[in-house]
Amino acid sequence: MQRSYFDHNATTPVSASVLKALVPALAEVYGNASSIHHHGQVAKQQLETARRQVACLIGCEAREIVFTSGGTEANNLAIFGAVLGRPAGKRHVVTTAIEHPAVLRVCDQLETTCVPVGSNGIVDPEDVSRAIRPNSALITVMHANNEVGTLQPIEEIAQVAQEAGVLFHVDGMQAAGKIPVNVKALGVDLYSLSGHKLYGPKGIGALYVKKRTHLQPYLFGGRHERELRPGTENVPGAVGLGQAAVDFCADEMGRLVLLRDRLESGILRNVPGTGVNGDTARRLPNTSNIYFDGFEGEAMVISLDLKGFAVSSGSACSSGAVEPSHVLMALGLSKDRAKSSIRFSLGASNTQEQVDDLIDAVAESAAHLRKLSPTYAHA
Amino acid sequence: MLSETIAVAMSGGVDSSAVAGLLHRQGAQIVGLTMQLWNQRRLPELAVEGGGAGRCCSLDDVYDARYVAQQLGIPYYVVNFEQRFEDQVVKPFIGEYLAGRTPIPCTLCNNFIKFEQFLEMAEGVGAAKIATGHYARIDFNDQSGRYEMRRSVDTAKDQTYFLFGLKQDQMARTLFPLGGYLKPQVRELARELGIPVADKPDSQEICFVPNGDYAGFIDAYFREQGVASEQTRGEIVNTDGEVLGEHEGVHHFTVGQRRGLGIAAGEPLYVIATKPAEHLVVVGRNRDLLRARLTAQDVNWISVDAIRVPMRAEVKIRNKHLAASAMLSPTSDPNRIDVHFDEPQRAVTPGQGAVFYSGELVLGGGWIE
Repeated sequence: MQRSYFDHNATTPVSASVLKALVPALAEVYGNASSIHHHGQVAKQQLETARRQVACLIGCEAREIVFTSGGTEANNLAIFGAVLGRPAGKRHVVTTAIEHPAVLRVCDQLETTCVPVGSNGIVDPEDVSRAIRPNSALITVMHANNEVGTLQPIEEIAQVAQEAGVLFHVDGMQAAGKIPVNVKALGVDLYSLSGHKLYGPKGIGALYVKKRTHLQPYLFGGRHERELRPGTENVPGAVGLGQAAVDFCADEMGRLVLLRDRLESGILRNVPGTGVNGDTARRLPNTSNIYFDGFEGEAMVISLDLKGFAVSSGSACSSGAVEPSHVLMALGLSKDRAKSSIRFSLGASNTQEQVDDLIDAVAESAAHLRKLSPTYAHA
Repeated sequence: MLSETIAVAMSGGVDSSAVAGLLHRQGAQIVGLTMQLWNQRRLPELAVEGGGAGRCCSLDDVYDARYVAQQLGIPYYVVNFEQRFEDQVVKPFIGEYLAGRTPIPCTLCNNFIKFEQFLEMAEGVGAAKIATGHYARIDFNDQSGRYEMRRSVDTAKDQTYFLFGLKQDQMARTLFPLGGYLKPQVRELARELGIPVADKPDSQEICFVPNGDYAGFIDAYFREQGVASEQTRGEIVNTDGEVLGEHEGVHHFTVGQRRGLGIAAGEPLYVIATKPAEHLVVVGRNRDLLRARLTAQDVNWISVDAIRVPMRAEVKIRNKHLAASAMLSPTSDPNRIDVHFDEPQRAVTPGQGAVFYSGELVLGGGWIE
């Protein structure tokens, strides 16, 4: 069976150039980057080259990049590090209702105000401003939402943060490598990203820590990564992430927008009872989140997978079953509509032919599922 | 191509794994689906030693089912039916206990989840039929034009008591590949097929209630929902209405129960009935439990069409009951059947099923009023 992958917001395949960089990094660069000898020095050089490459991707200095084991750890370090670095009486956090669990579950451990979003899936900076308290330490907001792809007004929130004297962390998992990012222009203090979302390997992430930002480490061990993240450096992972950062090409955005819009309009035109969730203008070039009235997304995901198309619905719980998306609920969708929504996220491997085949498969599955649906009013 | 597909309900246990293996060996195109019915992390106060492994929907079971599917090389998915399970199985289960009846959640689960929602899901993903690891047999009778159900060859494992709600259109799309096997044969088959769960113990009791403590489950569920448990604490009385003691709530008791009454008496006392409206638990002697009649409601006919004249049958009034000879008589309401036993039966319990058999043939069944 021909398989096509339309779930690039979940993860991406390692690109050919990343793989090419990874193999010698794994095979030959085995030194410990902290060792004094030749082997250590080679590893250290490669680590620092990768750091410069990642810094270049998001417009900061190399020394402002801390490598972590992935996006979740970068978020944990940013949030815990920033908050625990403040006096005990000043540890309140402001976040939004549409963050990823890698931010929300961290905030659950702290005193947090969760700001709602509009039905367009975009947070209002004024709401963020109003949520700030005298004891606030940190604002944490995602750059691009993983499910609906909406882009958040990061510059405006950065201003709010600056005026209030509060640190600002941005979860950039879905933005870095998909759209141009410049942390200096955005005006943020902390920015997390993850290797496997941009055709790099899994198990590597990075946190931008603006110069002179005080973070308190929450993992303890050796003095690696400016004493913010102990543990022997994952040099091959960093090399892979560095290569992925170098490979980012803004031209790809235009190609993906065309493919995404072709897919979206094709589905909306061929399948009645559908619509796009979230703002259709201010969003990632590769993401489309569509509701299908009359059946559950779970059945559609399975049906499409059996036809060779990988898409996603809601968020997977520990067993692998699908739960209704907290993001779509936060946009004000009914539980039924949230459960009936499918996320299509495009990437490098997708072609126009795949998109056209997917439109046909979606239309066919939707018609079949609707035929079985007792609730759907047949036109 | 997909119209030939069979969806196998895979729980991670030996029976459903053997079904998948058997159909796969026969060359059927199959897809494995595990129903996520209940989140075992809910009601943490009920947590049992070992984290609930082996109970339904535990992560270990999903892991086992996924592993079996992977060994067979079949597509496999977990489907989330938690909402419907809670609404159509768990809540009625609680409601029945509070109403003084003793429910059978497995039958509700079969009626509303396995042979309704699961069938819909299977059809939705392109499977024309479903297969489960139930011990029962389905055949089509050309003469009557009906699907018939028979007890399984392994009489000890027979699960037809829980399947009396199946409708003809559901049976038309259902396969019970294990109905003709003995359990040891199924284990042997699983071993032959290289299924890693061949020696896993059988599941027991009610899957979402740890350790069979259903009263504890009901209390914990109410606490989770933030509502006070309905207080049905009251008195224990004998059949003459004399007060013998007190109890903590009628939902702790079921007809025929002897233990947990906390009353010292000359002869053994049993629960005869519970009266939730008056908060009463009525106790009596063993012979007070004997009843010769019952009325079954919401009757579903399987192997025969609805009866218009009285008919002899053997009737089972709980899963472990030995079917007893009786006369079935229609009433003015076509959904209700009067059952008159030849010999009085012990502990006819409202809320349980009354399932009608003719030998190994399942005629139908209903709920004891």
